[in-house]
Amino acid sequence: MKSLLATLALTTALTLPAIAMARPVTLTTALTNYGGDGAYLALYVTDASGAYAGSLWMAGGKSKYYKHLSDWYRATGGDTAQVNGITGASVGAGRTLEITLDLADALFDAGYTLHIDAAVEDMRDSPNEVAVPLTTTGAGAPVPGRRYVASFAYDM
Amino acid sequence: MIRAFHRWPGLLALALVCILSLSGAALSVFPAAERLTAPQAETRLTVARLADRIQAVYPGVEQIRRAPSGRITAYWFDQGAPGAAVIDPATGQGVAAADPSQVQRWLTNLHRSLFLGDAGRITMAIGAAALLVLSASGGVLVMRRVGGWRNWFARLRGPRAHRFHVEVARIAVIGLVLSSSTALWMAASTFDLLPDSDPALAMPAEVSGETGVALARIPVLNQTPVSALRELNFPFPGDATDVYTLRTDQGTGYLDQGTGALLGWADLAGWARVSDTLVMLHTGQGAAVLGLILGLLALGVPVMGVTGVWVWLAGRRGRPRIRGNMSMARADTIVLVGSEGGSTWGFAATLQAALKRAGHRVHVGAMSGFAPERYDAAERIILLAATYGDGAAPTSATGFLERLRKAETARRIPLAVVGFGDRTFPAYCAYAEEVAAVALAQGWAQLVPLDTVDRQSPQDFARWGRALGEVLGCDLDMAHQPVLPHTETLTLVSRRDYGAEVQAPTAILRFALPKLTLWQWLTGGGFARFEAGDLIGILPEGSALPRLYSLASARRDGFLEIVVKKQPGGLCSGQLAALEPGDTVRAFPRPNPGFHAGRDRAPLILIGAGTGIAPLAGFVRGNARHRPIHLFFGLRHPDSDLLYDEEMPLWQAQRRLTRLVTAVSRSARPRYVQDALRGDAAEVVRLICDGARVMVCGGRDMAAGVADALADILAPAGLSPAMLKAEGRYVEDVY
Repeated sequence: MKSLLATLALTTALTLPAIAMARPVTLTTALTNYGGDGAYLALYVTDASGAYAGSLWMAGGKSKYYKHLSDWYRATGGDTAQVNGITGASVGAGRTLEITLDLADALFDAGYTLHIDAAVEDMRDSPNEVAVPLTTTGAGAPVPGRRYVASFAYDM
Repeated sequence: MIRAFHRWPGLLALALVCILSLSGAALSVFPAAERLTAPQAETRLTVARLADRIQAVYPGVEQIRRAPSGRITAYWFDQGAPGAAVIDPATGQGVAAADPSQVQRWLTNLHRSLFLGDAGRITMAIGAAALLVLSASGGVLVMRRVGGWRNWFARLRGPRAHRFHVEVARIAVIGLVLSSSTALWMAASTFDLLPDSDPALAMPAEVSGETGVALARIPVLNQTPVSALRELNFPFPGDATDVYTLRTDQGTGYLDQGTGALLGWADLAGWARVSDTLVMLHTGQGAAVLGLILGLLALGVPVMGVTGVWVWLAGRRGRPRIRGNMSMARADTIVLVGSEGGSTWGFAATLQAALKRAGHRVHVGAMSGFAPERYDAAERIILLAATYGDGAAPTSATGFLERLRKAETARRIPLAVVGFGDRTFPAYCAYAEEVAAVALAQGWAQLVPLDTVDRQSPQDFARWGRALGEVLGCDLDMAHQPVLPHTETLTLVSRRDYGAEVQAPTAILRFALPKLTLWQWLTGGGFARFEAGDLIGILPEGSALPRLYSLASARRDGFLEIVVKKQPGGLCSGQLAALEPGDTVRAFPRPNPGFHAGRDRAPLILIGAGTGIAPLAGFVRGNARHRPIHLFFGLRHPDSDLLYDEEMPLWQAQRRLTRLVTAVSRSARPRYVQDALRGDAAEVVRLICDGARVMVCGGRDMAAGVADALADILAPAGLSPAMLKAEGRYVEDVY
């Protein structure tokens, strides 16, 4: 567990050069026109047992709102160190968030699931907005979210 | 100094604070509307029962929130589709859409960030800081103006825009301090500058692993009233390790979904409570009435912005450039200005120009720059000193008195003091008087006696200029008119003459109302609005210096009436005295709100002599509501100059005038109006103790005599004219 976390932390650091056994993965999250302020999105991975493995991206800079990303918050205890260096701006309604990361090959076809928690001010919190298993065959196939995400896809 | 702290944040952040306050005022309506429209839970309803009702209607419920307004919102999933609604707690049914209104969202984003993200948030925080600085500096200025916190709501005097500015400010300032300081707190919290108000409660390590406890069997939910609820999160369906999460006003807890047991609880930190309270105070969410009040007070900001800019511009207009200013070492005449708003500088410029024309080398500077040791060539020093508020030094005279007291080694140059002030203030020219007294005590010779200029009166200043000219042996032409107002042509309708037999030819002149333009009618400009006691400036042929007369009529009387005594050699009074019906003069109105009778029912004691009867007669004429009016009128001889002799009996019969007491100065036993007051002391004291207002109009000597007489009369009752003046119950119009 601990070694895997270390791997994730390494692989998610965008500034690091691509290391062996990793590949660039593009995560595309398109939001619906839900008619609210910018959405906070937490992208993170759980392992086969459902335990939190690491964070990939945090869209939204104000940590005081992270508690509304309730699954992520519960899993991490709201630890902002989990998203240090991988935090960006919140995503407006109807906009698309596209990020490219170097992800370890070991994450694919090994029972890992990518989750997105979403929250919008004065609107419902949407933990587990998206939950999609990381498989090489599933790459490129868009899946819809529950409330705010129109479609999510990861491309290798 | 304080004024600069008020002026510059005000001017620089004007647009910002106006956007902040207008959007804030608009937003303040929403919590109240929400409070009124949201279905409220019955008192004693528990969270367990509420959740039960909602779950019965929406089996997929995953979150229930209660807003501080009492509005309850539920979020659920129904066959994979998300749903949300405002809930009627009595039935658990949804009654309205849950999403916030687009208008409110738009206003909120404008209010806190101008739609510019973090840069906008910082900008708005700066706006809030500017508002706080403005409130604080404005508070100090108001305090100085009215003379201490205890007089905070004292009656205001002075020019209209300035008065209106302060009138709004002293009510709004409390709300603005509250709104702007809480805004700064919220901004600091948003930028994580404050300690984390909500420390995370760790997930329970152990859960029962069972699911499906009935809501009614969870003790904590049964004990928690809905009024304390903030949020209840249901466990994720199918995840036996998940728990119920409950947030209340007291704290946060986790509840087992199998047993209903409390698995962990964290009380709300004291810090978080403070934070919640401040957010409530700022937004009005949970305090709707306070929110509405704050919103209303915020509307004062644009009003103060407009009047503040007006005051600033008026001050700037009154401050001309001094041309050809000499250095203080070479000047033979040093003119020093102690000014608060800047208008006194205009008089300094007029004086400098006149002295220059008379061949003098003049240096003009601020009184705060007083440096007698450097006045090498000076033969005289002239101080033009305004007074701020309750006798304080005006801004540009800061520290002058200390320098004057310390200047022991300096050469004692002959010195003149002119006080500038507003006679309606209790401490009229008090600072100038103090300066003159200290100078005398320090052994500075008096160039000309202390004189005063009331409300920037050009006549007062010209009169002092003549006195100075006599001492200097030259003719000083000091026609100072700050801004020449737009004049209108008035046509004389009738005249009545008095006093020729007692060497005081006096006339009551009645003019027709000039026709109003549409613009004047709409804006109240020109002669569209005036009352008895207001002034009229008349521009005589051959002079740019207007002469002011008190009006004896109000607009509703349908004419303009003044009382003019022909002065020997007087240019303006001579021309007026020669007017025949049909002749015209050029004139403009000058409001004089400090000398209005007012609308209340308190008795009036009107005291006047000679032409000073004019506004007082106007008050009596307008007294249709039979307010008790006691008129003390000083004249020379009842057969010759009893002005308004035809109307007086009529007014008494109509009960517009309660009593007329005359004092006749040309008789076997000469009596002045102050003697009449003394003779009637008991009644005067009784009236004043009953709340009567004293209004005095006439010459300076008469006004001084009346003040002395009243001081003597009132002393046994523990009262004084100064105390009445501070309450606005003793006003003078003196010429």
